[in-house]
Amino acid sequence: MTGTSSDLTRVDVAGLSRLLSSGEVSAVEVTRAHLDRIAADDGRLGAYLHVEDDAALAAAAAVDQARATGAELGPLAGVPVALKDLVVTEGVPTTSGSKILEGWLPPYSATVATRLAEAGTVLLGKTNMDEFAMGSSTENSAYQVTRNPWDTDRIPGGSSGGSSAAVAGHLAPWSIGTDTGGSIRQPAAVTGLVGHKPTYGSVSRYGLIAFSSSLDQAGPMARTVLDAAVMHEVIGGHDPRDSTSIDTPLARLADAAREGAAGDLRGVRVGVVRELGGEGHTDGYEPGVLARTREAIEVLAGLGAEVTEVSCPSFDLALPAYYLIAPSEASSNLARYEGVRFGLRAGDDGSRDLDEVMALTREQGFGPEVKRRIILGTYALSSGYYDAYYGQAQKVRTLITRDFGAAFADVDVLVSPTMPTVAFPIGARVDDPIAMYAADLCTLPASLAGLPAISVPSGLSDGLPVGLQVMAPALADERCYRIAAALEAAQDATRGHRLLDELGAA
Amino acid sequence: MTSTADRLVEFDEVLTRYEPVIGLETHVELGTASKMFCGCATTFGAEPNTHTCPVCLGMPGSLPVANAAAIEATIKIGLALGCRIANWSRFARKNYFYPDIPKGFQTSQYDEPLCVAGHLDVEVDGTTHRVEIERVHLEEDTGKNLHVGGATGRIHGADHSLIDFNRAGIPLVEIVTRPVPGAGRLAPEVARAYVTELREIVQALGVSDVRMEQGSLRCDVNISLNPVGDLEWGTRTETKNVNSLRSVERAVRFEMRRQAAVLDSGGRIVQETRHFHEDTGSTSSGRSKEEATDYRYFPEPDLVPLAPDADWIEKLRAELPELPAARRTRLQQEWGISGTEMTWLANAGALGLVEQTVAAGATPGDARKWWLGDLARRANEAGTELGELAVTPAQVAELVGLVNAGTINDGLARQVLDGVLAGQGDPAQVVEAQGLAVMGESDELVAAVEAAIAGAPDVIAKVKAGKVQALGALVGAVMKTTRGKADAPTVKRMLEERVLGS
Repeated sequence: MTGTSSDLTRVDVAGLSRLLSSGEVSAVEVTRAHLDRIAADDGRLGAYLHVEDDAALAAAAAVDQARATGAELGPLAGVPVALKDLVVTEGVPTTSGSKILEGWLPPYSATVATRLAEAGTVLLGKTNMDEFAMGSSTENSAYQVTRNPWDTDRIPGGSSGGSSAAVAGHLAPWSIGTDTGGSIRQPAAVTGLVGHKPTYGSVSRYGLIAFSSSLDQAGPMARTVLDAAVMHEVIGGHDPRDSTSIDTPLARLADAAREGAAGDLRGVRVGVVRELGGEGHTDGYEPGVLARTREAIEVLAGLGAEVTEVSCPSFDLALPAYYLIAPSEASSNLARYEGVRFGLRAGDDGSRDLDEVMALTREQGFGPEVKRRIILGTYALSSGYYDAYYGQAQKVRTLITRDFGAAFADVDVLVSPTMPTVAFPIGARVDDPIAMYAADLCTLPASLAGLPAISVPSGLSDGLPVGLQVMAPALADERCYRIAAALEAAQDATRGHRLLDELGAA
Repeated sequence: MTSTADRLVEFDEVLTRYEPVIGLETHVELGTASKMFCGCATTFGAEPNTHTCPVCLGMPGSLPVANAAAIEATIKIGLALGCRIANWSRFARKNYFYPDIPKGFQTSQYDEPLCVAGHLDVEVDGTTHRVEIERVHLEEDTGKNLHVGGATGRIHGADHSLIDFNRAGIPLVEIVTRPVPGAGRLAPEVARAYVTELREIVQALGVSDVRMEQGSLRCDVNISLNPVGDLEWGTRTETKNVNSLRSVERAVRFEMRRQAAVLDSGGRIVQETRHFHEDTGSTSSGRSKEEATDYRYFPEPDLVPLAPDADWIEKLRAELPELPAARRTRLQQEWGISGTEMTWLANAGALGLVEQTVAAGATPGDARKWWLGDLARRANEAGTELGELAVTPAQVAELVGLVNAGTINDGLARQVLDGVLAGQGDPAQVVEAQGLAVMGESDELVAAVEAAIAGAPDVIAKVKAGKVQALGALVGAVMKTTRGKADAPTVKRMLEERVLGS
């Protein structure tokens, strides 16, 4: 045993794996440390919607027992994990942040959850999120506000804000988030974490409660690039249950992270996207964010990368296109919540007919942002408007993909800020959907093109974390990990510690 | 609800003023082992909601995976109907709320169906009618609602409803015709012949059991009328759930008569869905186009596009079995029968049975005689299909063989058939077990003949007086005492020998 319980919550996954494998600590100790920390701090942060408590300890004890009998265990056996509450978990409450699924106990588990369980990880609980992942601040959760551990008056990002708060606040060593328009990268950026949105189709969507099917991807949120890569390797790879899952072997992502950390980026061509915070495109970007971004790019150049500026003019259209495609698909994906088979059923007292019960269930079960997007999507898909809205948006998507293609003919990766600002105060944008949507400005292009993109800390602005986004061609996720790891290692070396260490232990 | 109030014009009179245009949308439930988008079983008649899983129940997070066997079956149907098979096809979501669609949308196909532009020729009254096929596409079936309480079995007035999702997600092929003008007074028969022929084709392909009574073949019938000579077609109605061949014909006939009455009175046909009522043969109004749903179709993002490659399509084409029309032509020639006889056979559903009986050794004539004669009568009396009688073509062939060998006569053969149908075994076994073989000139028969002569002196007197035909009564008496086992000509000869001494 190398430290106290509370110390164990500050050890990254690579460290926990070593301690557990060598037998220096038990899985029960690690899990108990995290549960204690949750009990102590989650009242303040509001990261979790559900904590597994006894079930987590039982799972940890099973790992310890297996280890005691000499069973061959994987390197992650006994490492705790938190799942965003839209990852379906058999017998464990799964609400997607919505009242309409309150009380639902799923009869099956998502592939992502199953793969993590098979690796021996211990489920700590389910994290808060914007309802059905619709939001950028987690303020749209039907249950509670989640606070940013760096400043509890500020948002933790969204929609995976429970996951970012849990990992940054040391209530979990890592977490699964999902990203539709930026929901992994943006919360990671504002909490000083690493968050990666994998290539669309490279992580199974089976068992992820759908928001926008053609955009949703699950991915890792972790404290280091290496941890993120390790988690991606556990959850990634082909799944026959997901037709959009790509049937190719996963790249060696942890190796790419280690290679990047070695610090040699000679021969790597880095393109800086002008339309995302570059000259003439700085409206809405905070100077501190632009400064950290510039410095990070300088670090990459210092490691040997060739840096050039790249123009992707269609990126300006990403926001409107996204806010037609995602709501359109959502309006259909959310039609199943009508109270017939699971979740909330409202007003079924014999006085209302079927249509009235279904309507009332949706009226009471969905929050205002979900309703806004269902209405928007229903309109965009309706007869006579389809071509003008959904059809046009799909064309924009093609244009954005072409811009990426042209850019990647000249460079290996593209970089930009992850978000134009640092974490904004809770409540600052709730009455202004357009301002809220602008938080996703930098993350949307890669989402629409289905490309991998990572957010890695680039420093602080006014004491709050800033993230650098690294985007790569489809199925070249390893490039994101390599570049991000190089930046992380260089900055950690300069700083003498990790950025997250500046968040004092409680 | 019922349409007894509908005024109807006599059918013949309809045709003096109007021309019908018909169109058919036929749903065929495929006989794949598993459902369209999950691994659940498709067998009919299981306990409610036992063939379900997170996917076909539309549980949050579940995703569909397309059934390759269903895609293959759809392409085969398309090829059999002469369709072009798309090299790029997509599923689409048809969005609407109803409790029997678990996801709030039905996964179907919209503007990119698997098969397009085919045709099916049907014969009615010796004339050929070409029915153009617009599209053949693949979709999933819905669950089944059972509305409990209330008089109509409909949702209105019901106390509560039960839903069985066993059917939800079973692959369904929809075959849509283009409008068929020009059938005139034959429109009802053309509609029926089309569905009959389509059913035969699907059956021949072996991709569905196409049982209308179990709902594995379902029909929606579109009908419009326009004044004779008008180039513009009238407004159509769509009659749903027409679930027998006879009903297809009746639905067309009824709608033609009803629409004519509406038009005659200066009314306007509303584009609407109508329900067919088996009991009365009438239709009643469902929802009208004005209140119809906007389905908000869009490409299903959870499924990748289908791009069947040319080699695969050609392989499937090469594997197609002989199609019903070609088979009928071949058999007609082989059996040397007329087109009309062939039509009778086909309409009776006896074609395959006769063919198998011939293959088992019977002559085509004998096989036809039994299937269209005695067996057809029995099926009719039992209210069942010919093919569902408990007798095999091989047994019929054996029966024919016994008759031709003189072991039994036609009358005995019918008794043997009774035994076969009662499950007493093959014809030879029944003959053996019940002693049904024709009697030779045995002692038993001699005794029966002599007893008949002794018991009817008045008849003998008449015969001797020259009224030879009176012997017929004695033949009947002998046949009766031998329970039909005697050979009537033999009995007649024996009587003549003894009475007339010839």
